[in-house]
Amino acid sequence: MSEPLQQMEAASKLLELKNIDLSFGGVKAISNISFDVMEGEVRAIIGPNGAGKSSLLNVINGFYHPQQGEIWFDGKQRHAMKPYQIAYQGIARTFQNIALFKGMTVLDNIMTGRFTHMHKNMFWQALWKGPAEKEEIENREFVEHIIDFLEIQAIRKTPVGRLPYGLQKRVELGRALAAQPKMLLLDEPMAGMNVEEKEDMCRFILDVNDTFGTTIVLIEHDMGVVMDIADRVVVLDYGRKIGDGTPDVVRNDQTVIDAYLGVSH
Amino acid sequence: MFYRESGDFKKTYQKDNQTFPIKFDRWRYYFVMLVAFIVVPMFLTDYMANAVMTPFLVWAIAALGLNILVGYTGQLSLGTGGFMAVGAYATYKLMTAFPGMDMVSVVLLSGLITAVVGALFGLPSLRIKGFYLAVATLAAQFFLVWLLNKVPWFYNYSASGQISAPQREMFGVIITGPHATPVAGYLFCLVFAVGLAWVARNLTRGRLGRSWMAIRDMDIAAEIIGVNPLAAKLSAFAVSSFFVGIAGSLFFSVYLGAAEVTEAFGISVSFAVLFMVIIGGLGSIFGSFIGAAFMVLMPVLLKNILVGGMGWPTDLAAHFEFIIVGGLILIFLIVEPHGLAQMARVLKEKLRLWPFPH
Repeated sequence: MSEPLQQMEAASKLLELKNIDLSFGGVKAISNISFDVMEGEVRAIIGPNGAGKSSLLNVINGFYHPQQGEIWFDGKQRHAMKPYQIAYQGIARTFQNIALFKGMTVLDNIMTGRFTHMHKNMFWQALWKGPAEKEEIENREFVEHIIDFLEIQAIRKTPVGRLPYGLQKRVELGRALAAQPKMLLLDEPMAGMNVEEKEDMCRFILDVNDTFGTTIVLIEHDMGVVMDIADRVVVLDYGRKIGDGTPDVVRNDQTVIDAYLGVSH
Repeated sequence: MFYRESGDFKKTYQKDNQTFPIKFDRWRYYFVMLVAFIVVPMFLTDYMANAVMTPFLVWAIAALGLNILVGYTGQLSLGTGGFMAVGAYATYKLMTAFPGMDMVSVVLLSGLITAVVGALFGLPSLRIKGFYLAVATLAAQFFLVWLLNKVPWFYNYSASGQISAPQREMFGVIITGPHATPVAGYLFCLVFAVGLAWVARNLTRGRLGRSWMAIRDMDIAAEIIGVNPLAAKLSAFAVSSFFVGIAGSLFFSVYLGAAEVTEAFGISVSFAVLFMVIIGGLGSIFGSFIGAAFMVLMPVLLKNILVGGMGWPTDLAAHFEFIIVGGLILIFLIVEPHGLAQMARVLKEKLRLWPFPH
């Protein structure tokens, strides 16, 4: 009875980190962290500044290679890869400081997100008419769905440099979504936003999770948001994992409270 | 009034993607093509073809190539002169080794050879960025010119160290060599310029062009999306060198007829093409053409005004020409740092709303 159940559980783990160690010279950024992300869940990573949250995201993303530990993605152990190879595996992300292509329009930015889904070679692209144009239009149709979904139809052809901050964040989410990722990493998607923009962003994140079934891993400082939208939360402090569980469990965990509020001596 | 897009609804993505979405632009483009292919050759004098139109087209191709690298991919290069020399010498070797080969194949093959050389010299771009890359490509410039000068095999052991283009025909008209018809040379270059501009437009609007611009604007984000920086940068170097090689090939075979490498393809050529790209507008195909026009036509125009119109002595006029062209470059860059193409864009925006101010 219990064996098939365990197997099912194992199969639905999209990402699993086992005993990850990452250090830069003498500085230990992450020490012995293990956690997993289930398929289809919203997983939050929280912690005070400098706790190693972004480093962890960069490990998942392939920017940093951990000195020790294993990464399992989609049922397979992952070997050291370049970030662009990881994109082909189905991981997309947004950045803490917006990393859009400033000189390009909203449409072009999101179309660039389709990069891994377009395959026509240079020869066909130089000719344009024929296969390349067909492929372009197919992908454009998909991108238009995302533009509709994020309600940014009106700014389709605007260069992103001219847009306000909140919209830029939304476009960046769109670019990540265009890749149809299995897993979406969001690095502080709500930083610097006002309440309304935050509400919009929460709605989009939950909608993405619902409609596309995308697994979401997010870093966020706004506790209210995290407790509302996350299914499970990992808490980091000084590169260590100090808590893991549903928002309710984490909220009442004494170590977590100590890390956030400080301990009286 | 006459320049409007209201009521012109695009119902397919294909229509929405076209190069000239506004009807007026489209018709103007057809008109320019008509003039360039039919009207100009009818009235073109030999002087105009040799001094103005052919060099303009050749430099426009070179500027187009460099714009792909600098404007679209953000990789600064000062090796243009060296790559043009590779194109020219490849053409010379191909023309002398295979006398039966037609000129179109010769020019295209020269471009391909230059593309390989360009990709090779693009390898440092993976590690070096910005001004440092410019210095690294400067090495390409000096090395290639030195190599072509040093190894006699490249100029077929001729005593003068010069290369000169043998006579070749296309459709019974002589286009290269001392007896070439200037108008035929102009048309030959025009075909390449139009064809390559079309290719550049297609490449820059598709998947490859977006990967170039992504690398230019934010290389980390580009990598996250799946763009392999190695492939994007090397393909940019290769395509750019292909264009520049064709420019060098035409420059030697159609325009100059005979060339000596240090003289014709020195560092000043690299700078001139870079200026064309900057003045015309980085990341704009139209800008490459107006940049080339500015750098080629302005000196000729000034010379005609100063010497022909005002009767100045030639040497004085030549020096004033430098001062005036230099001054104009400064003024243009202060008034519009994004180049003449941006000026055209602003003008277009104004025209769309004309006669209303907003």
